[in-house]
Amino acid sequence: MIGVVARRRAIDVATKLLMGAATLVGIFFLLWILWTTLRFGVAGLHWDLFTKDTPPPGTNSFGLRNAFVGSLILLGLSLLMGVPVGLMAGTWLAEYGFNSRIANAVRFINDIMLSAPSIEIGLFAYAIMVAPMGHFSALSGSLALAVLMVPIIVRTTDEMLSLVTGDMREAAIALGAPKSVVITRVTWVAARAGILTGILIGLARISGETAPLLFTVLNNQYFSTDIMRPMANIPYVIFQFALSPYTNWQQMAWAAAFITVVFVLMLSVLARFFLGRVQVQK
Amino acid sequence: MVNQPVSAKLPAAPQGGAARKATKIAVRNLNFYYGGFHAIKDVNVEILENTVTAFIGPSGCGKSTLLRVFNRIYDLYPGHRAEGEVILDGEDIVAPKNYPGLRAKVGMVFQKPTPFPMSIYENIAFGIRLYERPSRSEMGDRVQQALVSAGLWHEVKEKLHQSALTLSGGQQQRLCIARALAIHPEVLLLDEPCSALDPISTANIEELIFQAKETCTLIMVTHNMQQAARASEYTAFMLDGRLIEYAETSQIFTRPSDRRTEDYITGRFG
Repeated sequence: MIGVVARRRAIDVATKLLMGAATLVGIFFLLWILWTTLRFGVAGLHWDLFTKDTPPPGTNSFGLRNAFVGSLILLGLSLLMGVPVGLMAGTWLAEYGFNSRIANAVRFINDIMLSAPSIEIGLFAYAIMVAPMGHFSALSGSLALAVLMVPIIVRTTDEMLSLVTGDMREAAIALGAPKSVVITRVTWVAARAGILTGILIGLARISGETAPLLFTVLNNQYFSTDIMRPMANIPYVIFQFALSPYTNWQQMAWAAAFITVVFVLMLSVLARFFLGRVQVQK
Repeated sequence: MVNQPVSAKLPAAPQGGAARKATKIAVRNLNFYYGGFHAIKDVNVEILENTVTAFIGPSGCGKSTLLRVFNRIYDLYPGHRAEGEVILDGEDIVAPKNYPGLRAKVGMVFQKPTPFPMSIYENIAFGIRLYERPSRSEMGDRVQQALVSAGLWHEVKEKLHQSALTLSGGQQQRLCIARALAIHPEVLLLDEPCSALDPISTANIEELIFQAKETCTLIMVTHNMQQAARASEYTAFMLDGRLIEYAETSQIFTRPSDRRTEDYITGRFG
């Protein structure tokens, strides 16, 4: 008897030690990355980053205004394309598809899309937009980002709407509300915190995506808001400037990386906040 | 008509000494299926206008299912199917593919309070807006009227624009009743409306039911026999999808004519 207990205890201790070590390794690298980004990023911060456009390489000046504006336009366009599609598809799954074969097939494909390599999505946008148009454009980049974002929104919308109790739907139907009113005025509202969380997570996911932009938006040294043309954007700037031999460009890459991390962190915190409200309602 | 046993087969009007009111709903040879499961078997029953009728019986006896036929909420689910007739004011509501306006006429309150995720005011206005476009001040009056009739006005008049989810369970349930009453239904279905509530809230709601029958025909499903005895005038006992006995509440609880009814109300099963 005592032998069994001692063995179990030993296994317990060993397992805990291994789990603790694994956690430490994970956190160690995460903190290292954050620390490096913070150290070099903060050092590279400069007010000119937000007010001036890309400076010539090798000088002592800074400027990322064109890239910040470009990234915001790209993200905005992706939201414009991705949110309606994701919301509608997720709503269809939860409110009409239920557990039918076709709904489950859509869920399965969506799950595949969730883990699709982003570079492939970039190639897809290249093939259907850039190649036929003959030139790179912000629009094609937003399309690629939207395609990356949609599965996340579909999944969370579907799951969050499924959490809304059938009682609430029945209560609205019992008042005589048509299904469209039940969905838009009752179930969407009931699930709004969760749906918003999904959109924020989707946004956080695409904020740092670089691969799909390489084939689509490219980059632009100048300030441009023409969505049919290449446009400056933060991920590409980080990619290009970090590899450049010029000190001021490298510093700007660090600063841009730092700001991206802060932006994504804020989105995650916001998402957590809304998710917390979902759980309170339960 | 003195205390003769009621046949569950014939149009089953409740028996008793009181002057008989007009029939609001007549159920004839009703059968209900959940896919292959036969949940209601050949039920015949007549519900009288401006009365409270309680359906009692053990879990799974079909009483909630029967309630769900009266407003056709089962339509939501593929495979749920009713056969037979349910005559509401002379018109069959089961046979037609659609019955527009049915749910304005027949309201429903559920076991768990189901406030919508919006303000107290909007919860009431939601239902009204489905049918009417009253002016702002008129809407305010309608909302107040509904809350007054549900005995909730004095508790919520200071916080009409707060989320309905901040109310207590009993208040939420009265809000749901107010919401249903706001569109002036002729029939109100109550599916175990007090089973999730404390005794004081339950008393409030029973009082509310008593008042509502001035304007409305109420049909209540309950597990609580004291509640049926207190709040209803007629009681129907169901077992395994069949209507076993239907009579004045006092008669059901004092002199049931069927052995099974007696066994149930004396707590021998269920």
